Amino acid sequence: MEIKIPELSLVLLIGASGSGKSTFAKQHFEKHEVVSSDECRGIVSNDENNQAASKDAFDLVNFIIEKRLKNGHLTVVDATNVQVASRKKLVELARKYHVLPVAIVLDIPQRICEDRNVERPDRNFGSHVVRQQKQQLKRSLKKLKYEGFRKIYTLHSQEEVDSVTDIIREKLYNDKKHIKGPFDIIGDIHGCYDETLELLNKLGYKIEQTEDDGQNFGLKVTHEDNRQVIFLGDLVDRGPNSPAVLKLAMSMVRSGVAWCVPGNHDAKLHKKLRGKNVNLKHGLAETLEQLEGETPEFIHELKEFLYSLISHYVFDDGKLVVAHAGLKAEMQGRGSGAVRAFCLYGETTGEIDEFGLPVRYNWASEYRGKAKVVYGHTPVPEAEWLNKTIDIDTGCVFGGKLTALRYPEQELVAVPAQKVYCEPVKPLQEATNGKLTHQQEYDDLLNIDDVIGKRIVQTRLRNNITIREENSIAALEVMSRFAINPKWLIYLPPTMSPCATSELPDFLEHPQQAINYYKKRGIERIICEEKHMGSRAVLVICKDEEVALKRFGISNEGFGVCYTRTGRNFFNNTEMEQQFLNKVVKALTRSGFWEQHQTDWVCLDTELMPWSAKAQSLLKDQYAAVGTAARHSLSEVEQVLGQAIGRGIVDAQPSLDKFSYKKVAISKYVDAYRRYCWEVKTVEDYKLAPFHILATEGAVHTDKNHEWHITNIKNICEADSEIFQLTPCKIVDTQDENSIKTAIDWWLDLTAKGGEGMVVKPYDFIARGSEGLLQPAVKCRGSEYLRIIYGPEYDMPENLQRLKKRGLSKKRSLALREFALGIEGLERFVRKEPLRRVHESIFGVLALESEEVDPRL
Amino acid sequence: MLLTISTTYQPATDLGFLLHKHPDRFQSVDLSIGKAHVFYPEATKDKTTVALLLDIDPIDMVRGKKKFSGKGFSLGQYVNDRPYAASSFMSVALSKAFSTAMNGTCTGKPELADVKMPFEIKITSLPAPRGGELLIRKLFEPLGYQITLERHILDDKFKEWGESKYFTLDLSNELTISKLLSHLYVLIPALDNDKHYYVSEAEIEKLLKKGKGWLEQHPEKELITRRYLINLGSLTRQALQRLSEHEDAETNTELDTKEDIKKETLHQKRLNLVLEQLKKTGAKKVLDMGCGEGKLLRMLLKEKQFSKIAGMDVSYSELTKAKDRLHWDEMAPKQQERIHLFQGALTYKDKRLEGYDAAAIVEVIEHLDENRLQSFERVVFEFAQPKTVIITTPNIEYNALFENMKTGDMRHTDHRFEWTRAQFETWAKGIAEKHNYSVEFEPIGEVNEQVGAPSQMGIFNHGN
Repeated sequence: MEIKIPELSLVLLIGASGSGKSTFAKQHFEKHEVVSSDECRGIVSNDENNQAASKDAFDLVNFIIEKRLKNGHLTVVDATNVQVASRKKLVELARKYHVLPVAIVLDIPQRICEDRNVERPDRNFGSHVVRQQKQQLKRSLKKLKYEGFRKIYTLHSQEEVDSVTDIIREKLYNDKKHIKGPFDIIGDIHGCYDETLELLNKLGYKIEQTEDDGQNFGLKVTHEDNRQVIFLGDLVDRGPNSPAVLKLAMSMVRSGVAWCVPGNHDAKLHKKLRGKNVNLKHGLAETLEQLEGETPEFIHELKEFLYSLISHYVFDDGKLVVAHAGLKAEMQGRGSGAVRAFCLYGETTGEIDEFGLPVRYNWASEYRGKAKVVYGHTPVPEAEWLNKTIDIDTGCVFGGKLTALRYPEQELVAVPAQKVYCEPVKPLQEATNGKLTHQQEYDDLLNIDDVIGKRIVQTRLRNNITIREENSIAALEVMSRFAINPKWLIYLPPTMSPCATSELPDFLEHPQQAINYYKKRGIERIICEEKHMGSRAVLVICKDEEVALKRFGISNEGFGVCYTRTGRNFFNNTEMEQQFLNKVVKALTRSGFWEQHQTDWVCLDTELMPWSAKAQSLLKDQYAAVGTAARHSLSEVEQVLGQAIGRGIVDAQPSLDKFSYKKVAISKYVDAYRRYCWEVKTVEDYKLAPFHILATEGAVHTDKNHEWHITNIKNICEADSEIFQLTPCKIVDTQDENSIKTAIDWWLDLTAKGGEGMVVKPYDFIARGSEGLLQPAVKCRGSEYLRIIYGPEYDMPENLQRLKKRGLSKKRSLALREFALGIEGLERFVRKEPLRRVHESIFGVLALESEEVDPRL
Repeated sequence: MLLTISTTYQPATDLGFLLHKHPDRFQSVDLSIGKAHVFYPEATKDKTTVALLLDIDPIDMVRGKKKFSGKGFSLGQYVNDRPYAASSFMSVALSKAFSTAMNGTCTGKPELADVKMPFEIKITSLPAPRGGELLIRKLFEPLGYQITLERHILDDKFKEWGESKYFTLDLSNELTISKLLSHLYVLIPALDNDKHYYVSEAEIEKLLKKGKGWLEQHPEKELITRRYLINLGSLTRQALQRLSEHEDAETNTELDTKEDIKKETLHQKRLNLVLEQLKKTGAKKVLDMGCGEGKLLRMLLKEKQFSKIAGMDVSYSELTKAKDRLHWDEMAPKQQERIHLFQGALTYKDKRLEGYDAAAIVEVIEHLDENRLQSFERVVFEFAQPKTVIITTPNIEYNALFENMKTGDMRHTDHRFEWTRAQFETWAKGIAEKHNYSVEFEPIGEVNEQVGAPSQMGIFNHGN
C-alpha cells in the first residue's frame, strides 16, 4: 500500500498507546522529522512516561513544530492525538504556517495495544487507559474529515500497517521551480481581447487559426523562442469580450504555451457557474451576458478550467513567484485557504476608503523575500518595482494599458487600451507627487531592522561580510547623529593600510615594501599616485536639482554633496559649499563629462585640501598645541642644562644632547604640519584632487584601470585648473628593477620636498591573487610627514627600532572588507536597488570603522 | 617638563640640604615612563636654582605595558603634549625627587625645614584650560604668590588660530619649602584638570594630605578640589565634606557655579512640566525618546500611573549610564518589567516604538539636522503614533538674555538649529494637521514679556 502526502505537510499519527506509532514513524520518516511527545516528556522531566509533565512536554512539541514549519520542513507528530482538542491545536499550527495537515490513523485492536504495553516495563498504566483512548479514537474517526485534514489514511490492522511500503511525497501543485522560462507575464485582461492579441503579437507570439480539436477552440499560439505566457488572472468581467479571452487562455494553457493563475473575478465567475448566489456587480453581469450564447459544453469546460487553476506558482528555482494579488514571502510555495485568499484578494486592512473600496494593505512595502513577485489586481498608472515586487495591472479595461513583463529580461512591454471600457470608481492616477518612483517614496524612511544587530552583508567582491552587533551599535549613533541624508550616501571609502615597515635603517616606510606587496602577489603592473595631504572627500554631483530628485529622491537639498569618509558633510558653511559645488558642476559640464559618460550624475573619490580646512580642531587642540608647548619648554631646558654644564656638571651633557635633538625634531615637526595648512578665505583657496570616477548612471567604474581614471579625471581638471589639482602618477612594471627605481626616486624626491608620500595601487581597479582579493591600495608615507603621525622624535634610532614592530593584518583585513562593502553600495545603487540595500552596505563600512585598530596605520 | 626653584636665602646653597639633593651632582629618579633629572643650573651663596627636568618617553607612553588614563587625545597618542607640558607627571616627579622636603623634614639642617624663605619658581608650558590667567591667579594669589605669566600662541605662522592653553609662569613667594612643594603638587594638576592615571578614592587621601594646613582656608578650595579630582562628582563631594568637617556639610555638597544652577533648575523645571503633562493624559505606557542618562525615566518610575516605561536613546553609552543610574541590576523583578531601555534612532522607522500612550521628546529635535526632521516626523507621528506626544526645544528668542552669548550663537555646540516660538509653532501645527493631531503650546521657565520663556513645549494629541 502507498500513502501519498504533500511534500510539505504536518502529519499527525493518531492511535492509542501501543498502537505502534513510534515504530511506524521510525520506519517511514527521517529522524529529525518526527516530534515525539514521549521524547519531549523525557527532555523536560527526565521521564518519558511522566504524565505530570505533559503540559510542558506539549509546549515543547508545539514549539518544535512551529520552528520546523516556519523553516518549511515536513513534520510528523508522534503523540496519541486521539482527542479532538489536541488535534485542533495542531491543525491550527499547520494553518498558521500554511502547511497541509495530514492524518494517518493506526486503528489497531485494543488487545494488541495492551499486550505491547505489558511487554514494556516502563509503561505501567492500566488497561483502562488504552480502553479510554480507543473509545476516543472511535469517536474521532467519523469527525476527522470535518477537522480540516487534507488527507486521511486509516490503517485498521497491523497487517494494513505492515502493508504500507512507501510514503510518497508529492510536490505541491504550485511548485514549478524546475521551469525557468523565459516568460511573458500579462496583467489583468478583463475581457480586453483585442488588446491581448495585439500584446501577444508585440511579444512575438504567432496566433494562427487552426482546426478545432475540441481543446484549442481553433487557435494555435506559438513562439519561436519557446517563450511561455503567464496570465495573472482576472481574465473576465467589465471588458467587451470575456468569452474570447477565456477561450484564448484555455487554449494556450492546454497546449502548454501558457500558465494561468486565478483572479478574484475568475473565482467569482466560477462560484456563479456553480450555482452559488453572488453579487453581479463589478462587471460580472456583462460577462454572464456575453456567455449567454455559449454552449452548455463550453460552460462545463469553463467550470472545469476555473476549478483547476492553482492560486500561485513558484518558478525558476524559486526566483519567481506569480499570483494575482501578490504573495508574502512566508506564504510562497505553501498551501492553505489563507494563501489562496491572499493570492486572490491580497491583504486588506478592514477599512473602507472614500470610494467605498476596501483599503489594501501594502504588503509589498514590507516585502523582504528572495523571490521576485509579479502580480496584478490593483490598477496602477505605471508598473514599477518595489522591493523586488511589481504590479503590472495597468488598468487596460479602465482605458489604461495592457502590460507584460518579460522574464528574465525584466523588460516591460505594453499596448494602450483602445477605449475606456469601464469608468473606474477610483481615478487611476494615484495621489503621488508624480516625481518619485514607488521605490523612492517607500525609501523615504529607512527601517531600523535593516541596520541593527548582527548583520551579514553579501558582497560581490568578498562574499559574506559579518557586521558584529557592537559595531552596528556604534555606527547607528554616528549615522543618525552626524551623517548626511542617507539617500546621498551611496559610497564610503575604505581605510587604507600602509606598507610593511622598511628594512632600511633610516626609514620607517619606504616604497620598496609597497611595491613588493603587489610584486610578491604576482601583479606585474602597478600605479604609484602622489598622496595629497588634505582630507578624503566623496562627491556626489548631479547635473541639476531635478536629477537629484529623480535619481536620488532628494528635494530641497541642492544638486550635490561633498562628504567625509564617515559620511559627514564636509562643509560647515552652506554658502561656501554652494560655491564649491557650483564650481565642480560647471567644470564637469564644461569638460563634456555628462555626454562623454552618458550620465547626469557622478560619484567621485577625492582628496580635498587644505588639511587645515577640515582638521581645524585637531590642528589647534593637538598639533599646534604640542608644537607650542614643546618649543617653549625645550628652549628653556636647553638653557638650564647649558648653565649646569657651564658650572662643571658634565653628567648633564648626554641630556643636553638629547634635548637639543628634541628641539630640532620639534621644529621639523612644526614645519611638517604647517606645510598642509593654509587659510581658506574664499572658495578659490580649496584644491580638489579627484582620483577615482567611482560611478555614473549604469556603471560602477571598477572595471576600468587606474590609467583610465586618471586620464578621464585630467579632462575634468583642465576645465577648471584653479580648483582642481591633478594627481601625478607613475606606472611601474614590477618585473623591471629600473622601473621600480624610478618610482622610488620619485618618492624620495616628492617627500624631500615635503610631500606626504604616495599611494601604490594595482593597475587594475580590482586585483586578485592566490589569497583572493588584494588591497586596492597601499600607502607609503614620507619621513617628515610621519613626524605628525608617530611624534616629533620618532626617528631617533631607539624610537624607530621600536616603532618598526607593528602588525598590519587587522588593518588590511578591514581595508578589504570595507572596500568590498563600499563597492557593493555603489553597485546596488547603480542597479537601482532599494535604498535599504545600499544603506546596508554603507552602514557596514561605518560599522567596521568602529573596530579598534591602531589609528596611526 | 621643566620646573626651576630659586632662592636668595642666605646661604642660598642650603637649598641642597633642604631638597636632599647635592648641588654639584646630576641626579635621576625613575618614573613609570622615563626619568626625572635633578640638577642645579646655578649654586652660589647668593642665589641657588634647582631644576627638575622630566624626560618622558613618548613611545613607551603609547606602547608600554602600563595603561594610562586621561582625556581624549592627551594620552595614547605619539603626538602628545604630556612630555612637554607641566602635568600630573610633574607632581609625581616632585613627590619622588623631593619627598622628604615635601614632608617638612630636613635631615642635614633640621632647623631649616620651618624657615620661610624667598623662592622664585618658573614653570614652562603650564596648561590652564577653561580658566587661563584668571584661574591661575585665583589659585596662586590667595597663597601669597606674586605672579608673572606669559601665554603662548598656538602658532606664530597662523596667528588666526589664536592663543594656546599653555603659560610660562613665574612665581615668587616667601614660605617653607614643604608648603611650596605641596602647593605645586596640588595646583599643577588642578590647573591642567587631567591625570595620567586612574583617579580613585585614594586620590582624596593624597589631596587632603598635601593640602593640609592651606587648602581648608583657600577661597577656591571647591574649584581646586573639583579640578584636582578631574571633575568626578562623587569623589569631589567626599573630599569637600572631609575638608570642611566643622562646617555645615550640606552647604558644600552643591558644587555647581551659579550658571550651572540656573541650567539645572531650568532642566528640572522642564522635566517636572513634562511629567505633569504625562500624568494629566492618563497615559499608562510611556516612551522617553532620547532619554539620555535617564533623568525623566527615574521620575516616571516613581509614579504608579505608568505601568510600562520605555527609554530610547541613540547613544549606547548614555543608555548604559541610564541603566546604572536606575540601578537596574538591583531592581525588583516587578520593577524591571516596568522599564525597558533600548538603542534606536529617531530617523529610522521602528516597530518597537508602537503601542505607547504617550511619548516625551525632550530637548532632542534641535540635535537633528533640519533636513532630517521630515523623517523624524514620519517615524513619530505616522508610524509610532502615540496618543500624546510632548516635544520641547529651546526658544532662541530668549538667548538675547544670556549674558555670555553672542548673537547667532546656539546654546550647545551640537544644536543644529534653535527656533523662535513662531518657528516652532508653525512646524508643530503643520505636523499636527498632517497627522491628525491637535497641538497646544506651553512655555518652560520664567516668561519674559518680550522674548518669552527659555524653552518651549508642544503637546500633541491624536484625533480630536
